Amino acid sequence: MTSQRLNKLTPYMFMAPAAIIMAVALLYPLGYMIYGSFRDWNPSQTIGESEFVGFKNYITLFYDPAFRESLSVTLTFAFAVVTAELVIGVGLALLLDRNIRGMSVLRTLFILPMMIAPVVVGLMWRYMYHPTVGTFNRWLKSWGFEGVDWLGQHALLSVIIADIWQWTPFIFILSLAALQSLPRSALEAARIDGATAWQQIWYIKLPLMMPVLIVTALLRLIDAFKVLEVILVMTEGGPGLSTEIVALRISRTATEFRELGTAAAMSNYLLILLLVLTLAMFAITRLQEARAARLARQIQEEG
Amino acid sequence: MPHDWPGRFRKRAETLSYDRQNPAFYALLVALIFMAVGPIFLMFINSFKLDVDIIGGTTGLLFLPTIQNYETALCDVLWYEPEHLDFCSLKFGGAFINSLIIALISTLLTLVIGCMAAYALVRFRFMGRDTVSLTTLMVRMVPPAVLLVPVFGLWNNEFCLDRDGLIGGAIRDTFGGRGDVCLAGTHSGIILIYVAMNLPFVIWILQSFIVQVPRSLEEAARVDGAGPFQVFFKIVLPLIKPGLAAAAIFTFRIAWNEYLLASALSDRNTKTVPILIVNNMSEFNVEWGVIMATGMLLAIPPIIFTLFASRQIITGMTAGAVKG
Repeated sequence: MTSQRLNKLTPYMFMAPAAIIMAVALLYPLGYMIYGSFRDWNPSQTIGESEFVGFKNYITLFYDPAFRESLSVTLTFAFAVVTAELVIGVGLALLLDRNIRGMSVLRTLFILPMMIAPVVVGLMWRYMYHPTVGTFNRWLKSWGFEGVDWLGQHALLSVIIADIWQWTPFIFILSLAALQSLPRSALEAARIDGATAWQQIWYIKLPLMMPVLIVTALLRLIDAFKVLEVILVMTEGGPGLSTEIVALRISRTATEFRELGTAAAMSNYLLILLLVLTLAMFAITRLQEARAARLARQIQEEG
Repeated sequence: MPHDWPGRFRKRAETLSYDRQNPAFYALLVALIFMAVGPIFLMFINSFKLDVDIIGGTTGLLFLPTIQNYETALCDVLWYEPEHLDFCSLKFGGAFINSLIIALISTLLTLVIGCMAAYALVRFRFMGRDTVSLTTLMVRMVPPAVLLVPVFGLWNNEFCLDRDGLIGGAIRDTFGGRGDVCLAGTHSGIILIYVAMNLPFVIWILQSFIVQVPRSLEEAARVDGAGPFQVFFKIVLPLIKPGLAAAAIFTFRIAWNEYLLASALSDRNTKTVPILIVNNMSEFNVEWGVIMATGMLLAIPPIIFTLFASRQIITGMTAGAVKG
């Protein structure tokens, strides 16, 4: 009898620590943030002392050109890096999916950039982009070109390049894994039928990799909204607002302008945006599963 | 499970014969390696240069290497006083130790707790299972910046031992201070948020490994009279070691590299290395050599992990994404 009751309690005992920690340190703070976003709240007050202002923070933000600017910078940044990384990463995977010596060494070297701290990545690139000391401008000058004002006029592009350097390997490794797990029979059949390399890539490899690619791209997209340290170290959001992504603006609103309520409302906008993306990801995976199941059933019925 | 994908078998079967490739292909490989590792190598080289050499532009490898930058960075933990320094302003050693404490403890806690939760989610049907599973998935996408405001408020004002309470009062009487003791500014405060932040990801990754453990093994152990906890620790844990390694590396990496939340929660004594680097970067006159040395020191642990456990990292990455 006691052992039976113990068995019933077991899953809860296994689950409890994680559930408690996530409730206390994730869900409660999120609720607190939503509550705080309806208040005029500065860091010297506790939340109880702050004044309730309704949707004021949200409405002010909605008409705030600076916030709109940083929202558009964030979206530009996220979609630009994901597109570029997808094209380069998948391209490299298709090119390097060969039986060559030292492939594992190559993969090891490729994952180095993403393991290194974003702060350090920002630091390295800030040095390389430096107008006088930096590597790029030195090269340009030694070849007789004018130096480029990387972090000034082309700040957003420079930041995007740094992110592409750091995260293309992620897409590369995942698409390589996907490529190597493709059914060999399909590829063999295509080869026997005389498909050219391009035809194989276009009609067989890419469509078969698609499920993995979509999930990878969405994961990367969600992560691209989390980028903060690289940009903070490289440009601090400047010059002007040209690289001030929403995450950076939240942190500045909270610490520099001392408007916690507004920062909370901003966080909430960002969260809603990410929620939509995550839901899209769910919907797509569900759809794919359903399609795969239907296909499997069809094959069974035919066989 | 990723490591018995057909790709692996194919590779193993054909390891003996490699295809010959066109020379242009090898040139491309070299260029790619140069691009991936070049910036890191550049930082490594520069960390051994004096600022004069970095700014003066002695390009290439023609310079006198010096460890002076590392001495400046680590001056508070060196057993001797470096000659070129009058005053040790950069407390890097202390920050390094803080980072180490926070990253190691939070990784350990996340793994133990996450492992148990993942096991419960895979092996048991219980009330609320679907809710928990869905919540875990959803909170994975929350960016640290969104947590900044509430965590700052809560850790400073709510998660405190009250000044009127017994323990808080005792602490005030012994140490003085404003009376209430809060999570902000302590190691545990930062550890708590890192554990919470990493749990969803760890649970997610480990689930895909636990599913692979044959149920019959566990049932056999149970027939032999093992309790649920014994089964978990003696049968399941040893079998999912590769998954644990991957999860450990990813958790450590995030806890070790994180800047934003640590900067909001830490005080003078609990600063971590990323905070130190950012603070030094925002000064007007950047001392490139020293900064590069601190950056290199921060990058060393992840680099070591990558070189020795790249297979586990790749396994973890594919498990985390492909099953998404």
